[in-house]
Amino acid sequence: MSDPVDMSVLDELEEAVGPDFLIELIETFMAEAPGMMAELQTAHEGADTEGIRRAAHSLKSNATTFGAHATAQAAREIELEGLGASPEAAIAALQDALSQAVLALQGRIDG
Amino acid sequence: MAELPARLLIVDDNRVNRLLLSRSVELLGYQASVAENGRVAMDMLRQERFDLLLLDIEMPEMDGFEVLEAIKQIPSLSDIPVIVTSSVEGVENIVRCIDLGAEDYLAKPVNQVLLKARLGSSIEKKRLRDEQKILLKRFATSEVAEDLQTSGFALGGTRVDASILFCDIRGFTAISESQPPEETIELLNLYYTLMFEAIDSHGGIVSLMVGDGLMALFGAPKPLDEPARCAVSAAHDMLDMMSHFNVERQAMSKPEIRIGVGIATGEVVAGYAGTDQRATYTCIGDKVNLAARLEAHTKVAGESVLIDAATHVALDGEPASKALGRVQFKGFSDALDVYAV
Repeated sequence: MSDPVDMSVLDELEEAVGPDFLIELIETFMAEAPGMMAELQTAHEGADTEGIRRAAHSLKSNATTFGAHATAQAAREIELEGLGASPEAAIAALQDALSQAVLALQGRIDG
Repeated sequence: MAELPARLLIVDDNRVNRLLLSRSVELLGYQASVAENGRVAMDMLRQERFDLLLLDIEMPEMDGFEVLEAIKQIPSLSDIPVIVTSSVEGVENIVRCIDLGAEDYLAKPVNQVLLKARLGSSIEKKRLRDEQKILLKRFATSEVAEDLQTSGFALGGTRVDASILFCDIRGFTAISESQPPEETIELLNLYYTLMFEAIDSHGGIVSLMVGDGLMALFGAPKPLDEPARCAVSAAHDMLDMMSHFNVERQAMSKPEIRIGVGIATGEVVAGYAGTDQRATYTCIGDKVNLAARLEAHTKVAGESVLIDAATHVALDGEPASKALGRVQFKGFSDALDVYAV
């Protein structure tokens, strides 16, 4: 399986915005990501398809920024197709990809 | 003086995106403000001036499409360039942004090199448009500038019912010969400021200035309900202003400045005349000649404001005008009725 985060994307980002700012950006994402997952869960429980799409869209957008391709792909599928036949499994798969990406991002910060 | 950095408004509901975009544009030397949804952005746009909008599409409360639509409805905002930055799915959504007036679309995550190029070109275009607007206001009246902006420039005219007003300073050559040139220019500037004020406040526009003479149109490019009455009211304001001005001049022991005004009313052809490179908004027709003749005739008649029969009829006795009989003007086959008002 491919890396949860494509480090070359982070390298490019670091070059563009500087190392300190990259850390600030990653920390912001790590702080915001659980909220976005919670929004997705809430939308699912409320059968709010628009809310599901929007939460997935935000996660996809941020994951792409940090080169977390697997997370972005899982989020994009939800954005386009909804949660499908087994919503809990789709959410769990996204959560799993996100957790791995967050670990990799944390690793990058810790150097 | 160094130019101020362009001010950008970043509209995005996602914190990471807001941070990253702010940082990116600040590194490019721009000033960034942020809004977390369309409604907040519209509030900020109404209060502050921005040079460009970086707009996300997916947002709660008011999305990017709604912002694009709202901006189009507000004349003062309609020319602010909008670059949509989004990771919205589907070409049809991008097309919709462009249809709604977005200048460009940048997919997220935004490529820094592309961002730099797009911002540079959009802001430069905006700067040129702003400059053009300022120039237009300086060399054309705001009505003509507005007409140009809404209808675009095309040589050619339309028939309109209008009143034409000519005005000049009596004995101006003698005055200018008796004083230093700087004083003459200063006098002219003051005179023009007062005359513009009087014409402007009655809905007229100044279409021509030559030395101490000016020509004003009432009823074009914007139609007026009563062009003749507006022109006569402007003429009376002009006289009032000159009499105040003369009190000041008298206090400085300077000679009195007197003006003569001629007004004619009827159908004229108004529009842009000249070449594609250099043109002016003007009026053509025998009423224009007549107004000029009437203005010249004020010296002979010893009156300040002379009007033609059509203006007299349009006034309907208010204010009252005095019939001076028929006058044979150069270039007109019949003698024409002249009134003083």
